[in-house]
Amino acid sequence: MTSQPASPTGTPDRPTVVVELAGSRARPESLTRRTLRRFLRNRLAIVGVIGLATMILLVVFASQIERYPYEQMDLRAAKSPPGADHWFGTDRTGRDIWSRTIHGGRVSLSVAAAATLLSTVIGMTLGATAGYYGGKADWIISRFTDIVLTLPPIVIMLTLASFLPRSLVTLIVVIGGLSWPGTVRLVRGQFLSLREQEFVTAARCLGLSHRRIIFVHIMPNVIAPLVAMVSFTVGNAILTEAGLSFLGLGVAPPTPSWGNMLEAARNLQILRELPWMWIPPSIFTVLTVLFVNFIGDGLRDAADPTMVL
Amino acid sequence: MFKYLIRRIVVSIPVLISVTIIIFGLIELAPGDVVDNFINPEIGYSAETLEAIRERFGLGQPAPVRYLKWLGNAVQGDFGLTYVSGEPVLAAIGRRLGNTLLLMSTALLVGTVIGVSLGVFTALRQYSFWDLALTTLSFVGISMPAFITGILGMYLFAIEWKIFPSGGMRPVQRDPTVWDTLHHLILPAGILSLAYIATFMRYTRFSMLEVLHTDYVRTARGKGLHERVVIWRHTLPNALLPVITVIGLSLPSLVVGAVFIETIFSWPGMGTMYLDAVNAKDVPLIMGMNTVIAIVVLGANLLTDLAYGMIDPRIRYD
Repeated sequence: MTSQPASPTGTPDRPTVVVELAGSRARPESLTRRTLRRFLRNRLAIVGVIGLATMILLVVFASQIERYPYEQMDLRAAKSPPGADHWFGTDRTGRDIWSRTIHGGRVSLSVAAAATLLSTVIGMTLGATAGYYGGKADWIISRFTDIVLTLPPIVIMLTLASFLPRSLVTLIVVIGGLSWPGTVRLVRGQFLSLREQEFVTAARCLGLSHRRIIFVHIMPNVIAPLVAMVSFTVGNAILTEAGLSFLGLGVAPPTPSWGNMLEAARNLQILRELPWMWIPPSIFTVLTVLFVNFIGDGLRDAADPTMVL
Repeated sequence: MFKYLIRRIVVSIPVLISVTIIIFGLIELAPGDVVDNFINPEIGYSAETLEAIRERFGLGQPAPVRYLKWLGNAVQGDFGLTYVSGEPVLAAIGRRLGNTLLLMSTALLVGTVIGVSLGVFTALRQYSFWDLALTTLSFVGISMPAFITGILGMYLFAIEWKIFPSGGMRPVQRDPTVWDTLHHLILPAGILSLAYIATFMRYTRFSMLEVLHTDYVRTARGKGLHERVVIWRHTLPNALLPVITVIGLSLPSLVVGAVFIETIFSWPGMGTMYLDAVNAKDVPLIMGMNTVIAIVVLGANLLTDLAYGMIDPRIRYD
């Protein structure tokens, strides 16, 4: 029985409840809109958004921006320090570091994005199932999360990454497949408290399906804190990719990634004599993560109703 | 209290067993034959020797049987022999554990003392110059991974300025004195502590600010109590409660070690040993280390909860 009161405005799904506040007849501001408004007032968060956007543009248009193909060797120009010809200098075979840095960002950022997507999908599914249905499902999912959390993620990632072939897919599966416990806990907690609220009881009384209650009624309220969580997951994924590649377990050379460019610095001679080989990828990695953290912090503060901004 | 302790330990056992099953399963799912790792390309191999190795390590049996055998021995404290060095797994771990504990406990101690102090300091001077400067720095601190701070620290302090040695734990030519060990320890431990300082400072500052804005602190001030009493007696103990959880959560890193810093500074600890173990696919060593790590993590969680109960009288375990 799913009878809906057909409203004259033509939106039958959402019965509009007009709350009259003193001196205001406007519709109450939605949670997402309110979060966005508060977010845009945070100066560091804006710096983060602009910085990250610049980084993404550099990486996406790397092939257009580069001045030399990133894999092109030029032995006559090998080991040249940063200058007019090669902005960031060249490596031991004369490959242009600027080109390699912006191309390396492609691997780093796309692995981070894909891993975050995977982790968020797993986290939302498990979290919503555990929090909404409770009971046995909750018990199983919570125990499973506890078990996964028992070992530090880096330990399992090292184990997996060393046993699986070195590839983009391995990195994405390993990083994404182990980053979800935080998301599960967050989503589960939100669902646990939201499912007891009146609007969910009302939706249940209207005979709406579980699917509809989960996706249309509860999920929108989880989005704001979830987005903050997502940005921290992105930051961690970038660092994890760089870390695994640094240990020689990431994307295999000659394809550049920030992590495997940093790996060059494990060679003492390169560390000492060619600092321009490892400084650019370090700066790009740190800046990107810093921008992402600015955004994440801004979103978390904006989504937190107890926070006065 | 005692009953609570027993119950927690009993609950931990299935978790511990599940962890070992998962790790065993992951290794098992990996492509390739473990015996291949024993082949030395310089020497070559014969089918008989491979069969002998398979026999010796009991690799011919199906995976569940091998797991149960491993579990049966592990319960009795026998984690087998490592594939690479052939010594008992626990002896190999014991040799490295001390080095990692030295490195990590120094870093954690320095990080806790400085991080918590800075957190309290900045919270008491919210929005001042020092608050803004330190808060921004802590942002950079949490965004810089250990492999970047490690490389940078090594480049500056060991190579450019030559203040500290660039790696290892001791000088090659003589037995290490206390001063030698300290000299090798300062740089990696200092770099590691940066991340702890940044994290603990942020948590302490946040938690202090939260408590400073509660009604009972306002009441304490309203009663005319000295500011020192308000801070030390009323605010700090409550503000430090959540910080204890964060510190407790970092306890496992004492054993896991910092894979990156240990690698960069060639510190002979657990992190580098684990990396060597996974690269050599040394299954007994991987299983043994994971079991030890899991026990430490579960113990640290329990310890954190107990500490919490001791400090906060509202929490009772029965």
